[in-house]
Amino acid sequence: MPFQIVVLWTDWLVYLLALVIACAVVYVRGREHLRAPWRRVVQSRSGMVGLTILALFVVTGFLDCLHFRPRLAATEQSTTARYSVEVLSVLDLALERIRTNREKTYSAPLATHLFSKETIERPDGTQVRDYPRLKYGGASLPDEEGAWTVSLLHAGVGGAACGTVIWLLLAALIAACIAQSGGTTLGRAWEQIWSGGSDVSWKAVLITALVFCVLGGIAVALAAEYHVLGTDKVGQDVLYQTLKSVRTALVIGTLTTLVMLPFALALGIAAGYFGGWVDDTIQYVYTTLNSIPGVLLIAAAVLMMQVYIDGHPELFPTAAQRADLRLLFLCIILGVTSWTGLCRLLRGETLKLKELEYIQAAHAFGVRHHRIISRHILPNVMYLVLISVVMEFSGLVLAEAVLSYVGVGVDPSMNSFGTMINNARLEMARDPMVWWSLAAAFTFMVTLVLAANLFADAVRDAFDPRIGMINPFAAKQRLKPIGKTA
Amino acid sequence: MIRYIIRRILYAIPILLGVNIITFALFFLVNTPDDMARMQLGAKRVTPDAIERWKQERGYDKPLIYNDKESGIGRIVQTVFFDKSLRMFAFEFGRADDGRDIAREIRMRMGPSLAVAVPAFFVGLLIYLTLGLGFAFFRATYVDFWGVVACVVAMSISSMFYIIGGQYVIGKLWNLVPVSGFSGGFDAWRFVVLPAAIGVLGSFGASTRLYRTFFLEEIGRDYVRTARAKGLSEVAILFRHVLKNAMIPILTGVVVAIPFLFIGGLITESFFGIPGLGSYTIDAINSQDFAVVRSMVFIGSLLYVAGLLLTDISYTLVDPRVRLS
Repeated sequence: MPFQIVVLWTDWLVYLLALVIACAVVYVRGREHLRAPWRRVVQSRSGMVGLTILALFVVTGFLDCLHFRPRLAATEQSTTARYSVEVLSVLDLALERIRTNREKTYSAPLATHLFSKETIERPDGTQVRDYPRLKYGGASLPDEEGAWTVSLLHAGVGGAACGTVIWLLLAALIAACIAQSGGTTLGRAWEQIWSGGSDVSWKAVLITALVFCVLGGIAVALAAEYHVLGTDKVGQDVLYQTLKSVRTALVIGTLTTLVMLPFALALGIAAGYFGGWVDDTIQYVYTTLNSIPGVLLIAAAVLMMQVYIDGHPELFPTAAQRADLRLLFLCIILGVTSWTGLCRLLRGETLKLKELEYIQAAHAFGVRHHRIISRHILPNVMYLVLISVVMEFSGLVLAEAVLSYVGVGVDPSMNSFGTMINNARLEMARDPMVWWSLAAAFTFMVTLVLAANLFADAVRDAFDPRIGMINPFAAKQRLKPIGKTA
Repeated sequence: MIRYIIRRILYAIPILLGVNIITFALFFLVNTPDDMARMQLGAKRVTPDAIERWKQERGYDKPLIYNDKESGIGRIVQTVFFDKSLRMFAFEFGRADDGRDIAREIRMRMGPSLAVAVPAFFVGLLIYLTLGLGFAFFRATYVDFWGVVACVVAMSISSMFYIIGGQYVIGKLWNLVPVSGFSGGFDAWRFVVLPAAIGVLGSFGASTRLYRTFFLEEIGRDYVRTARAKGLSEVAILFRHVLKNAMIPILTGVVVAIPFLFIGGLITESFFGIPGLGSYTIDAINSQDFAVVRSMVFIGSLLYVAGLLLTDISYTLVDPRVRLS
């Protein structure tokens, strides 16, 4: 085989999460009462904008979760296959060009020359101090005025055109699907999308997709010639770093909740349902954990983990595995500090549910505890779980950046928004300023978190029974489908 | 009331004990003091003698939980657990790695932390409440809509960007205030303005939106309809009824945070070079000073427990229906 598949710990959990989501989708599809709130989610314009952007991030992150070790070129001494110690991902393959094209040091976005002056030797033997040409950025560009602008325009227009074509194909595909399922013509389906008459807010999806197709097209076209977002101190492409950071952010945002969910569910429901000493014990545990400020508990735990990792180097064969285990541990410890909120909510809801007639009736019929919990209580608290999972996501992504700054976040060798911001801090003090790393991290992070917030709001508006009176906009949107179906 | 407070303080003891046990387990059971010594000394200088000396300097050379060489009370007292964990109840935190007394350091650093955190807290609260009430007043109009949009965007931006951006624009570009540093006395305001303003901005989005939700929840209630039927103006309803009734959910989140003003903002302080407790903690984490981190964990949970108590007391002030017993 030309490669050896590597599945890191967090990869396993990501696959598990994908499986869980797939199962949930299949389960919800068949049940009308579960589909109803989701229908409200997909009708919400802001929610669908968020979901579309999130989907782009998720695809990037998922490609970065498929890891392997490439095979080394066979040497004469050895006949057995040997694999590189470097763990690559499918995303790395796709970004092969910008991953390997390293410059010497800083260069501005789309630059053709290095950021700092160096002594260059001219062909005639004399030496001058000037900004040297980049090894890869605009390397094929002739040394004349205006060539740079022309080349940029050329690539930009071409990329935008390609992006638009891809978007048109996508839009046609969606229209065809709608026409197929609705039994109408393609033209009618197209009208339906733009008049907002369909069940899903496709208009929002397509407009978002258009923006990202055009931007993506331009970026791809430019990346063939230039470093679109510049290079960092060691000359690595900043665009590559930001794309790699997406996985870290997503892993922290999702796996943390996946890890803490079983505990929060089990303990929260147990505390509310059984009451008495069980309730007292669980409340004591979460009050105690809660009373330690989160950052300090995380810092203490990560410091101790560092000591452990330093003491046991034999457990980690490659650097990627060590960084990965640290990431997983960070998820776990973030989960430990953040499960208490959900646990308290679940306890309160279970307390309320337990007094309802149908559960009292189930008791009277002699139904066992575990059956009452799994059949009557669990399905009725799931909306709380869902809301808190999506609401928690953006907070966790932001927390990662802060923790990495404090020095208790992900492994320094791992790409993440936090490490990028942390490095950018020193670059800001340079004169002239190196702003592009920070700007790139800022743009990507704000896009991700904003999308997550928009989607989370749509989910909360659709699922929370109290929201009608709190959010006038959500209430307005909710009235629409009822009027339509009547 | 007094009896209630005393009982609550007694309740706090098992919680603090639990915190102590957790930190003790984290710092001494997951890794032995030997491991810590090896890490701090670095690979080159590790010899059995050096480890012993390191442990002795810091008082880690005793048995962890039970000392069978001593007799009587000494079996419990002459241990790491008693020395390092239980003594914190008497505010004896021991010495940091640089030899300074931690308790004294904490007392000294409280002032700068408060100087930044207190103005940020009260100015922020005033702004968030005003805006939240304003959005609730203009509910379901474009003012409200774009206000909420602004809040969502603001809360999607990491606080570190506010700090870096603020430092760059106000401190470096416009040269209005020093970028970082601190000085005692009246002159301190120049160093306080920027971090405090950024602290206010940092939690503007989330807080304003939350308060707006609380106000809207109250506005949907029956007593508001009654007040309108009586002919009260909308402004009077908002200030006299809605604000008062929404105070309970607002206080739940706000009062708990008051004790934490002592610690100040961890990130803000370290970015702005303010010699407060927040930057003390960050420095300790970076230099892996375990004694300081342990002390700050204890102080933090102490403040949290105090915050819970304050919250309960504040309820009685705003809601006559709540009686503490």
